[in-house]
Amino acid sequence: MSVPVLSLLIWLPIIAGVAVLALRNVDSGRPSRWLANAAAWVTFFIAVYVLCQFQSTSAAMQFSERVMWIPYFGIEYSLGIDGLSVLFIGMNAFITLLVVTSEKISSKGSYLAALLITSGLTYGAFSARDAVLFYIFFEAMLIPMYLAIGVFGGQQRKYATTKFFLYTLFGSLFMLLALFYLYGVSQTFSLQAWHHLPLSLHTQLILFGAFFMAFAVKTPMWPLHAWAPDAYVEAPTGAAIMLASTKIGAYGFLRLLLPIVPDAAQVLAPWMIGLSLLAVIYFGFVALAQTDLKRLIAYSSIAHMGLVTLGFFLLNAVALKGAVLLMVSNGLVVAALFFCADALKTRLGDCRLNDCGGIVNAMPWLATLLVFFAMANIGLPGTSGFVGEFLVILGAVSYQLGVGLLAATVVVVGAAYTLWMVRRVVFGSVTHPSVSALSDLGIQERLLLSVLAASMLGFGLWPQALLGMADASVTQLLAHMALSKL
Amino acid sequence: MMLALIPLLPLFAALFAGFFGRRAPRDWSHWVCCAAVGFSFILSAFVLYEVAFLWPSLGTQSENVTLYTWLDLGSTKLTIGFLIDPLSALMMVVVTLVSFLVHVYTIGYMKDDPGYARFFSYIAFFTFSMLMLVMSDNFLQMFFGWEGVGLASYLLIGFWYTRPSATKAGMKAFLMNRVGDFGFIVGIGLLFAVLGTLNFAEIFARVDELQGLDVSLWPGLEWSLLTVACICLFIGAMGKSAQVPLHTWLPDSMEGPTPISALIHAATMVTAGIFMVARMSPVFEGSDTALSFMIIIGATTAISMALLGLVQNDIKRVVAYSTLSQLGYMTVALGASAYSAAIFHLMTHAFFKALLFLAAGSVIIALHHEQDLRKMGGLRHRMPITYWTALIGAWALAGLPPFSGFFSKEPIIEAARFAEVTGHAYAYWALTLGVFLTACYTFRMIFLAFHGAPRYGEASHGKHKSHKASHKEQHAAHHEPPKESPKVVTIPLIVLAICSVLAGILFATPVLFGDYFGTAIRGDYVAHPAMAILHAEWHGVISYLLHAFLTPPLWLALAGIATAWYFTLSAPTAAGKLAHMLGAVYGVLKNHFYIDALYERVIVRGTHSLSLWFVRGGERFWSEGVLVQGTARLVQWAAQSLRYLQTGYLYHYAFAMALGLVVLMTWWGMK
Repeated sequence: MSVPVLSLLIWLPIIAGVAVLALRNVDSGRPSRWLANAAAWVTFFIAVYVLCQFQSTSAAMQFSERVMWIPYFGIEYSLGIDGLSVLFIGMNAFITLLVVTSEKISSKGSYLAALLITSGLTYGAFSARDAVLFYIFFEAMLIPMYLAIGVFGGQQRKYATTKFFLYTLFGSLFMLLALFYLYGVSQTFSLQAWHHLPLSLHTQLILFGAFFMAFAVKTPMWPLHAWAPDAYVEAPTGAAIMLASTKIGAYGFLRLLLPIVPDAAQVLAPWMIGLSLLAVIYFGFVALAQTDLKRLIAYSSIAHMGLVTLGFFLLNAVALKGAVLLMVSNGLVVAALFFCADALKTRLGDCRLNDCGGIVNAMPWLATLLVFFAMANIGLPGTSGFVGEFLVILGAVSYQLGVGLLAATVVVVGAAYTLWMVRRVVFGSVTHPSVSALSDLGIQERLLLSVLAASMLGFGLWPQALLGMADASVTQLLAHMALSKL
Repeated sequence: MMLALIPLLPLFAALFAGFFGRRAPRDWSHWVCCAAVGFSFILSAFVLYEVAFLWPSLGTQSENVTLYTWLDLGSTKLTIGFLIDPLSALMMVVVTLVSFLVHVYTIGYMKDDPGYARFFSYIAFFTFSMLMLVMSDNFLQMFFGWEGVGLASYLLIGFWYTRPSATKAGMKAFLMNRVGDFGFIVGIGLLFAVLGTLNFAEIFARVDELQGLDVSLWPGLEWSLLTVACICLFIGAMGKSAQVPLHTWLPDSMEGPTPISALIHAATMVTAGIFMVARMSPVFEGSDTALSFMIIIGATTAISMALLGLVQNDIKRVVAYSTLSQLGYMTVALGASAYSAAIFHLMTHAFFKALLFLAAGSVIIALHHEQDLRKMGGLRHRMPITYWTALIGAWALAGLPPFSGFFSKEPIIEAARFAEVTGHAYAYWALTLGVFLTACYTFRMIFLAFHGAPRYGEASHGKHKSHKASHKEQHAAHHEPPKESPKVVTIPLIVLAICSVLAGILFATPVLFGDYFGTAIRGDYVAHPAMAILHAEWHGVISYLLHAFLTPPLWLALAGIATAWYFTLSAPTAAGKLAHMLGAVYGVLKNHFYIDALYERVIVRGTHSLSLWFVRGGERFWSEGVLVQGTARLVQWAAQSLRYLQTGYLYHYAFAMALGLVVLMTWWGMK
């Protein structure tokens, strides 16, 4: 009996989170912070171990654990990861580590607890092989996130968090119905079994709609995105990063929607491509008009998610690989940009773009790193942002020239809003008196952002290291989708 | 491995200057960067020697070196690697030579700048990217270098970041290039969609498969795939090589320090588009439509930008418009399938245009950052080296024999004449008239800056202050008469002047008509015979020089110089009168054909309005108002209505139960 590594990944942060919560008032919170940091580091090393031990040539589930949980309904506590999930396990570990260790001394223990519990549940969602288990992790994540935003968020936190909660809950209810229906047909909750379950096109279309509601809200896709900008902006930085970087919604498309209802996906692909292109262009323009740095980052992230869903539904290998890589890259870039916004906000108390010009004069470190992250966001070759964007555009041109042309507009629009942001924030003379008094990044912030920058650069220069892990499973997913289930 | 050192040395130097430059002594930055780029130049020269002299006897045509696999897509591997052939070897030498000279020049030019190390870091990084671009053996890496030089250009135009005009110009350059990249990336995608590879050698080997294929922009609308792909790729070149209508970023890029105007915005980066098309010659040869498109765009750029060059008063802008016009010449050469002429002009232009920019920079420092030609004059006695080298540059640019510009420009005009694609006649006339205009604006600049009576005494305080630190020195030095620049500035000028004089005579025969390029450039000489006709008429350098006296361009160039002399030195007031007489025309030229204004009004404002409209209509009204608030209201309304059902009277409930039972039983009964 080997060590249940995935269970460790899931439960260690959750238990640590509960302990942090219990200890939050002891000795002015010092033990709880220490514990939170230790838990983040330990899970990070476990995740590194998982990544190292992962057999990238195989598309099969690895690190499997299976225990019967509720025998009456055949619900299993069944875990396992393949190439589709392993990258996100690593991503979640990396982001959790950065978010938890970067938290300021002043922050409350219960906030750290919420972050750790969210992180554990996210591991759960990425490694669940049983539909009910997946659903529980997927939904349970809402609670700590709801609290993190509702208690520690910005001025409009109540409105934002209610909207976030209701939207996500509303979307997942449809998924719950779909899960019940599939159980009724197959008498099992095993995702693996559902992948091979024959379904009529009519049923598939209805199931597609149900899954779509859940994952399109979470991703988010137009027009179900209204919760996202507010939630990202109002959430405290750590929670916003956990929310925007983990990509659990897009993962749902890969793990559930595409393999369970492939024929419906083929039929509806043109509509999904249309929605995705709309998101890419529409959100790009919306980002152009933003005056708040965090909101601009939020819209930029949503626009890039449009490119991800485009990559899913072009249904060719190049685009799908690009979409997976873009998910990882966008997670890194969004995290880095939110950290930069946080560094500005803690100093200026605000991130209004027009008020904080010329930070390069006072904060050369932040300016340099922000320009680098901006380039990654634009998708400059050599950074992580390029890889996925390039592959999705190549895939789009292969699919249809018109789709390729529309997708490629991201090259111009993305550069426009990002560079305009850089020009307003970084360059120019100091116009606002508080900017000249700014202190540059401290050692810890420099280290944090430099690690992120280095990871983006490494990813951009040698993406094969990441794609190699996902490759076999992505190829298998496409092969699976080519077989009709009718 | 030696090949990998050529780009990597500048990269390491850039990293050194970037990370340690601020803390280390100032000298270290320039020593490390100059040494690295100088060493790359020596290695590149060695590669060129090998390619030009050793390979022919060995029968080698090209060499592919793969460094590593960037991404393995299963169907194809995207790799990082080098393609060494006569074309890339020539480009490597031009890039590293000009870059090295500009590095040396920078030591003098940026002496007092607080961003000294940063500047060296950027230009060394630029050199690295440019080398990655020209040495690339596939589209992926070419795009990597392509964007890398774009980034360097963006950072260097906005180098003096406290000046709003500089950061704006940097952003404009980046975005306009991105419009080109939009086309470039789609063009790459089209080739990839059919051939499934991005490797040049594989694309060239299978280019015939593209013939006869159609692509539908939208179902029902079919175009020749090769034409669409070529035009898309060329749109990329239009962005980078600043062809009309994607040219407006280049004049504004003059906001950057002068050394980068010479290196990036004249000699190397802006020629990347020309290089790319020449590299892709086997693909472009397949589409006459694309060739026509290029020849028309190129000719339009050449003539219109030369016209604008006539009315500029900023010395750097004159040279910038001249660069645009000369890039148009190169594009015409590409359209006429005279790829070797385009690359040859690229090379000579790199020398004489870098020379002119650096000479302009030398004048600008001597006059304490004064760039207005009207406040110069009479500098030839005070700055003899700058004057003579600039004169050589001007002579070469005007295309007068026997300097290099003559040997490279003349064949382009001839090629346009003999080309058979649509639009070649327009190109021929445009380029011929362009020769007159080129000589006119070039010598107008020379006469205004170096001849006549000095006007710098009355120079008001220079508008173009580089930065606060040197402000005081500027002020202190303001009343001293201008003097010749130091050796670090004049030596690069002299070297470039020598290249501008000799490059034509020495290299015209092998590069233009000889078999130097071998299979690196593949023209279809049956379908596009211009180069073959020129080759047949070519009887060596001397006879070509003599032949020049029988062709109009030489006389037009001399007429241009005479005109410039008349309007600047002989009758200085005549220019004003002429401008007054032709008020409308002058207005159009002064406003750059109103293209900038058009972009500002239509595209910039249009985009702004559209994005605001999306925010108001899409986000606030539809998403937030209708979807979120609307749903909330609907739920509230439903709850209000449903509340009346809960009356609390038992008979109401009993009635409802009975009704429900009846309905259910009926439904069951019908089943």
